[in-house]
Amino acid sequence: MPRRQDLNSILILGSGPIVIGQACEFDYSGVQACKALRADGFKIILINSNPATIMTDPETADRTYIEPITPEVVARIIETERPDAILPTLGGQTALNCAMQLHDMGVLEKFGVEMIGARPQAIAKAEGRLEFRQAMEKIGLQCANSQLAYSMVEARKALDIIGLPCVIRPGFTLGGTGGGIAYNLQEFEEIAARGLQMSLNSEVLIEESIAGWKEFELEVMRDTKDNVVIICSIENFDPMGVHTGDSITVAPAQTLTDREYQLMRDASIAVIREIGVDTGGSNVQFATNPRDGRMIVIEMNPRVSRSSALASKATGFPIAKIAAKLAVGYTLDELRNDITKVTPASFEPTIDYCVVKFPRWAFEKFPTADSVLTTQMKSVGEVMAIGATFKEAMQKALRGLETGRHGFGNVPGKAHCKPDELDKESIRPHLVTPRADRIDWVRAAFLAGMTVEEIHDSSRIDPWFLDQLKTLVDFEARLVATGKAGLKGFDTGTLRRAKELGFSDRQIAAACAEKIGEWEVRAWRKRLGVIPVYKRVDTCAAEFQSFTPYLYSTYCGEEDEVDCDRNKERVIVIGGGPNRIGQGIEFDYCCVHAAMALREMGFESVMINSNPETVSTDFDTSDMLFFEPLTHEDVMNVIDRIAPRGVIVQFGGQTPLNLARGLKDHGAPLVGTSVESIEAAEDRELFSKVVDRLGIDQPQNGMASNADQALAVAERIGYPVLVRPSFVLGGRAMEVVYDRAGLDSYMERHRSFSEERPLLVDKFLDSAIEVDVDAIADGKSVVIGGIMEHIEEAGIHSGDSSCSLPPYSLSEGLIEEIRQKTKQLALELKVIGLINIQWAVKGPRLYILEANPRASRTVPFVSKVIGQPLAKMAARIMLGQSLAQVGAHERVDLPFFAVKAPVFPFNKFHGVDTLLGPEMKSTGEVMGADVSFGAAFAKAMVGAGNTLPKEGKVFVSVRDEDKRLIVPLIDRLHDLGFEIVATSGTAKALQNAGVPVQRVFKIHEGRPHVLDLIVNQEVRLIINTPSGRRERSDDRLIRSSAVSRKIPCITTLSAASATIQGLENWLKKPLAVTTLQEYHARLD
Amino acid sequence: MNPTQSHTPLAPARLALEDGTVLTGRGFGADIETVGELVFNTSMTGYQEILSDPSYRGQTVLLTQPHIGNYGVNSEDEESTRIWTSGLIVREACDRASNFRSGMELSAWLLQHGVPGIDGVDTRMLTRKVRDGGEQRVLITRDRHATDEQLVARVRTAPRVADVDHVLQVTTKEPYAWSRGYESPFSAPARGKAARPFKIVAYDFGAKTNILRSLVAHGLDVTVVPATTPGEAVLERQPDGVFLSNGPGDPAICRYAITAAQLLVRKLPVFGICLGHQILGHVFGGKTYKMKFGHHGGNQPVMDLTTGKVEITAQNHSYAIDPQSLPDAVEVTHKNLNDQTVEGLRHKELPVFSVQYHPEAAPGPHDALYLFARFVELLQRHR
Repeated sequence: MPRRQDLNSILILGSGPIVIGQACEFDYSGVQACKALRADGFKIILINSNPATIMTDPETADRTYIEPITPEVVARIIETERPDAILPTLGGQTALNCAMQLHDMGVLEKFGVEMIGARPQAIAKAEGRLEFRQAMEKIGLQCANSQLAYSMVEARKALDIIGLPCVIRPGFTLGGTGGGIAYNLQEFEEIAARGLQMSLNSEVLIEESIAGWKEFELEVMRDTKDNVVIICSIENFDPMGVHTGDSITVAPAQTLTDREYQLMRDASIAVIREIGVDTGGSNVQFATNPRDGRMIVIEMNPRVSRSSALASKATGFPIAKIAAKLAVGYTLDELRNDITKVTPASFEPTIDYCVVKFPRWAFEKFPTADSVLTTQMKSVGEVMAIGATFKEAMQKALRGLETGRHGFGNVPGKAHCKPDELDKESIRPHLVTPRADRIDWVRAAFLAGMTVEEIHDSSRIDPWFLDQLKTLVDFEARLVATGKAGLKGFDTGTLRRAKELGFSDRQIAAACAEKIGEWEVRAWRKRLGVIPVYKRVDTCAAEFQSFTPYLYSTYCGEEDEVDCDRNKERVIVIGGGPNRIGQGIEFDYCCVHAAMALREMGFESVMINSNPETVSTDFDTSDMLFFEPLTHEDVMNVIDRIAPRGVIVQFGGQTPLNLARGLKDHGAPLVGTSVESIEAAEDRELFSKVVDRLGIDQPQNGMASNADQALAVAERIGYPVLVRPSFVLGGRAMEVVYDRAGLDSYMERHRSFSEERPLLVDKFLDSAIEVDVDAIADGKSVVIGGIMEHIEEAGIHSGDSSCSLPPYSLSEGLIEEIRQKTKQLALELKVIGLINIQWAVKGPRLYILEANPRASRTVPFVSKVIGQPLAKMAARIMLGQSLAQVGAHERVDLPFFAVKAPVFPFNKFHGVDTLLGPEMKSTGEVMGADVSFGAAFAKAMVGAGNTLPKEGKVFVSVRDEDKRLIVPLIDRLHDLGFEIVATSGTAKALQNAGVPVQRVFKIHEGRPHVLDLIVNQEVRLIINTPSGRRERSDDRLIRSSAVSRKIPCITTLSAASATIQGLENWLKKPLAVTTLQEYHARLD
Repeated sequence: MNPTQSHTPLAPARLALEDGTVLTGRGFGADIETVGELVFNTSMTGYQEILSDPSYRGQTVLLTQPHIGNYGVNSEDEESTRIWTSGLIVREACDRASNFRSGMELSAWLLQHGVPGIDGVDTRMLTRKVRDGGEQRVLITRDRHATDEQLVARVRTAPRVADVDHVLQVTTKEPYAWSRGYESPFSAPARGKAARPFKIVAYDFGAKTNILRSLVAHGLDVTVVPATTPGEAVLERQPDGVFLSNGPGDPAICRYAITAAQLLVRKLPVFGICLGHQILGHVFGGKTYKMKFGHHGGNQPVMDLTTGKVEITAQNHSYAIDPQSLPDAVEVTHKNLNDQTVEGLRHKELPVFSVQYHPEAAPGPHDALYLFARFVELLQRHR
C-alpha cells in the first residue's frame, strides 16, 4: 500500500526536556520522522518544549510549537491546527502518555484526529500491566508471576502470593521510575508506596524476582500488511535486575543458539501482533533462565525507544524513519534500504562486527544517592562502540566513556586495581551488588585469581562475556612483561595483537617501563605500520554494496573502506561523546549545525562521535560518520586517514576542547579560535591579565595549593567565597562557603588539590544577578547573539538557573555595558566563532565570572529565539567567512520573552537534596515563550514538569535576609486567593505586615508539622529559601519530600518573584500558543 | 561428549584464494589441508546447523558473524550426522562455549569430523571479494613450509567443485523410515497437522534433518530414499506424495533425479525445497544458472506473490531457476525482493510446488513453516 492520501497534516509530539530515561534519542527519532514525512508532502505540526533539539529548528517542521507538552496545551494546538492525525510513537513515554490523555479526554475524537502508529487500544494493552499479562497468556508466552495492586493493602496481599525478593514495577512510568527490587519487608513498603505515588494510574505490579537470568531485547517492526521484521537483537551483559538503560548491552546477542533465538523472534512477532501495534517499531524484552532456557516476556514498548536508537546506530537501519513511513501507509517492501539503495527495507539486518553500549552515570553529582543499580534507570548517558570483536568494542566503549578509563585495565588511581591488595572476600560483594564500577571489580576479581565460574556465581554475568574479559586480563600480563624492556620491546606482532584486542596507546604506555605517554606509543606504532582500518556499517555484512560511509575503526583486518571524494576538502566536527550532566544535547545540536554548514559550503563534512542517541550520529547528518571514542588516539587516527582541511573543536562541549592542545601539537589543522586563546580564557592568571587590561572587573580571587593558602586567600578577600578545583566541568565540586568552618569542611571532603591542580577561591557575590551572553565573532568584529538574565541569583550554576531572553529587569545602561565589554573581550581573545561570557551584576557594578570561547549550552536556545542559526554561522566563520557574509546581525530588542528553565533528576535519586548550588545537577531544559515575562516563565515552569497550582495552600519558609523582601510577594499570592502557611519566623514577618497567614509547626516543634502537610499533599506550592550558612535538615526533608510528591518547590527569592508573576498571568487567562515561525515573523 | 575435552591449540594457518590472495590466521579444528568453493553465510546464529547441512558439501563456509562457537555444539541441532563443509573461516573462533545445552566446543567438533578452521582473518574483505568477484576456490592449510605462491598454485589446480556430483556423495545408501518429529523443546510448533498419516517418499539429495522432522511433525509418514531411486520404484511404494529435498551442487548434473521426478509429478503431489525446487524447474523444461555468489543466510526477503506478504527466509543456494525459461504452465509464486530471483514455483495443473529457500529454517526464521501445512493441504486435496 502506498502513502495514505486521506491524510495531509500530522501532529508529532516530542519528548520534552532531557531527563534520565529520555535523552537525545527522541530528537533523533523525531527529526527522522519529520524529514521523512515532509519529504512525502505532509504538513508537519510539531510540539516539543525542548529548545536544544534539532527537531525544533524552524526548518524541521512546518509549524513548530515550543510549548509545554501537557494535554491541555496540546489540546489547544489541536484546536488551532486541526491536524488529520497525531503520531505519538516517536516522542518517548512523554508523547505516548500525552496522546493517551488526549484520547481519554475525548480531544482526539472531538477534533477528528486519528492516532497513527499505535492505536490507543494497543498502547493500553502494552502499558497496562494486567492487560499485557493476559495478552501474553493468550498467545502462550510466559510472564514472570505477578500480582497487580492499586493500594498498599492490595500490595501486601500480592506480596503474600509472590514472596520476597520481588520486583515492584509502577504502571505508565518512564525508565522504571519509582520501581525497584525489595529484599525485605521494609524495602517492600517503601518501594511499593513510592511506586503507587509515581504511577500515572496508581498501579504497581508485584513480580517474582528473576534477578540473575539472562536478559535480551529484540527490536521489531511491523507494517499495515502485517509484515514483521526484527532489526536487531541485543544481549545484556548485566543480567536481570539491572534496568536495561543501566546495563552494558551487546549487539547482536552472543549466547543464544539459533533455535533459542528463533523462538524469541517468533515470540516478538507474536507480541507485536497480539498487542496490535499496527505499524512502526516496538521493542520486546525477554529473560531466559541460563539453566534450562525457560523464556519469559518482561515487557514491550509500543513505540520507538532508546534501544531502537541504539539498534539503528548498531545496524544502520533507520528505525524511526521507517516507522514514520509505515505509519502513513507504506509497507516495508515499498521502502528502500538507504545504505544499499537496491534492496528493500523488508529484511533483517545482519552485522559482521560487535557493538557494545556502556551507560554513563552521574553519582558523583548526588553523593547521597543510592548508587546500586536496580530496575529504575539512573544513568544519564551512554557511549556506543563498534569493534570487530566484543573485546575490541568493549575496550573502545570503556575509553569512550570519558571517565578516566583508557580501556579495560590500566586504570590509574583506582584502589581496586592494585592486585597485591586484593582478596576474593572483599571483592565478592562488589560482584554481587551491581554498581557503576562493577566492570572494574570483574577485572580485580581476575587479578585476585578468581575463575570465570567464581565470578559468574557472584555476578551472574554470562561466562562467555567473562571469558572474553579474561583474555584481556591475561594479555595485560603479557603487555606488562613486554613493557619491561621498554617501548622498543614491542615488536609488530605483539603490538598488533594488543591493538586487535582493543588496547589503547595509553594502556600500552602504562605498561612500559619508561615514563612515556600515548604519543610515544603512537609514533612507534605508526613506525611499525600498526594502524587501524575503517570498515563500514552497512546492514548486510557486505553482501551488497553500500553507499553510506558510516565507519568504525578496527585493527582486526587489512582492507579499508574509506572512500573520500577527491573533488572536495574534508572538515571534521568532533562531537560531544556520551551525555552527562553539563554536556548533552545542546552540544550535539551545535555539532549537527556545523555539519550542515560544512555541507552547504561544499566540504565533505565528517563527524566523529561516540553517542548513539544523537542526531549527529545519524549517518544522514554528515557525509562521513566515524563512530569512534573521542580520545587523542582515535581522533588522530581518523585525521591521519582522511587528511582534513580543518578540524572543529568548538561545538562538542568540553570533550573536544580537552583534546584541542594535543591535536594541535600533533599537526591537526584546528580551525576557529586558537588553542592559545582557549587557554587564555581557561587559565586563571592569563585570564586575569586579559580582563585587567580591558578594565573589566573580576570578583577578587586567588589560588591555593594547600589548606593554609586557601584560608589565607579567603581571609584576604572575605567570606563568602566560592571554592572549586581547577579544570572541571559543570561546576563539579564547586561550593559556596560562608565561613572558616565551611572552608575547613570543604577541604576535608576535597583533598585532591595540589601545586598542579590548585584550588580556586573566588569572592562570592551574594545576591548578585547573573547574566549569560552568547556572541559570535570573526576576529574583526563581534555580534551579540543574546543577553540572558538569570532568574536565580549568582551562586547557582548557570546550567541550573532559569534565564530570560531578553533581560527582564536590567537597566538599558547595564545592558549596553555588557554588550560593549563582551565585544571588547571577544576581540581581545581573537575569537573566531562563538564565545559565551558569564557576568554578574551586583548593585551598579558589572563583574566577569568566566568566558568560554566555544559553543555554550545556551546556543540552541538563543538561536531559536532570535531566529539565527548561531552554530551554523560560527562554522562558516571558522572556515573563513565574515560575520557580514554569514548574515549575523544583532537582535537585542525582542517583541516577546523566552524563558529557559532547567529540569532535574531528583525524582530518580530518592532522598537526595534538591537545593541548588554552584554544582550543576540538571539534566535538561525547556523553553517557554510569550509576550509577557510572567506568562513565559509560567510556561517554562509547566514545561519543566511543575504542576502550578490554581488555588490551595502555599507553604513559605525563608531565611532571615529574605523576610523583608518576601512580604510583598506573598501578599500578591494572597490576593490571588492562595492560603498561606508558614513556620514561626516567616509567619511573624508576614503577620506584622498584615498578610493573613496560618502558622505551622517545624518538624521538631510538634505535630501536625510541615512535613505532614506535604505528605498529605495539602500544600500545593513551597517557597523555601535555605539559610545557606548551615545545612538545615528540616529544609532538606521538606524539599526532598516535595519532589517525590511532585509539589513545586522554589528555593530562591527571585524565582519566587518570577513564579508569582507567572501565576498572576496564568490565572488571568489560559496560556496562549504560538509557533516559532510566527515569533520569527515578528522579528522582521 | 566431554565439554572439557581439550583441542589443538591455535596454530598459525593460512588460506589461499584462486585470485592470489593469501591470508595468515590461526588454525583450529583439524590439522589438514582442504580446498572448497568459498561461500559466505550472513546468519548471525546457527553455525552448527550450517556446518552439518549436506548442501555445503564441496564448499568452505565463511561466517560473517565475528564470534563463532559461543554456544558450543549440542546433540539436538545437527542437520545430519557429520560436518560436510570443506572448511570454516571466521573472524574469531570461541574456545569456550556458554550454553546449558552445549556438549562440545566448536573446535573439538571440527577436529572430530576432520574439518579445518581458520580464524583471525579479515572475513569482511573475503566477503567483498566473493561479492564482487563471484565464488572461487579457497585452500586452508597449516603447512608452514610452502610459499604463498605454492599455496595459490595448489588451490588453482585443485579439482573443480562444479565438476563433481556431490549429491551422490551425501545421499543415503539405503531407504529408511524416518519417524522423529520436533523432539527438541526449542522447536517451533508445527502449523497444521495432517488429518491422517499420509505416506510420503522423501528423496534424499542431501536432506537436512529438520526437513524430515518437519514432515513428521506435520503428521506425515516419511520414508527416505536414495537420490538415484527411479520414479517407478517410488510408485511401487504407493505413497500419497513425494518430497524432493535440498542438496549440494549443480541441479543440471542430477539427470537421474530429473528423470524420476518427470514421472512422479504426473502421478502424485510433489513438494520440493532448494535443489528439489531446481530439479522441478528442469522437469518442466526450465533452465538453471549459477549465480555470482548465491544466497546464503537467514535474512532474505521473499514475497509470496499470491498474498503480497513478505517472509524472511533462510537460504543456501548458488544456482537459481531462470524465470524466462519456464513454460506457461508453471507459475512463479515467490520472488526474492533483493534481486528479484525466483524463489517459488507452482504448476498450474499438477499438484506440484516448490521453494528455493528453507521453510524448515534450522538455522533461520520460521516465517515460511506454513509451506509444510500447504503440502499437507495439497495431499488432502489429492486423495
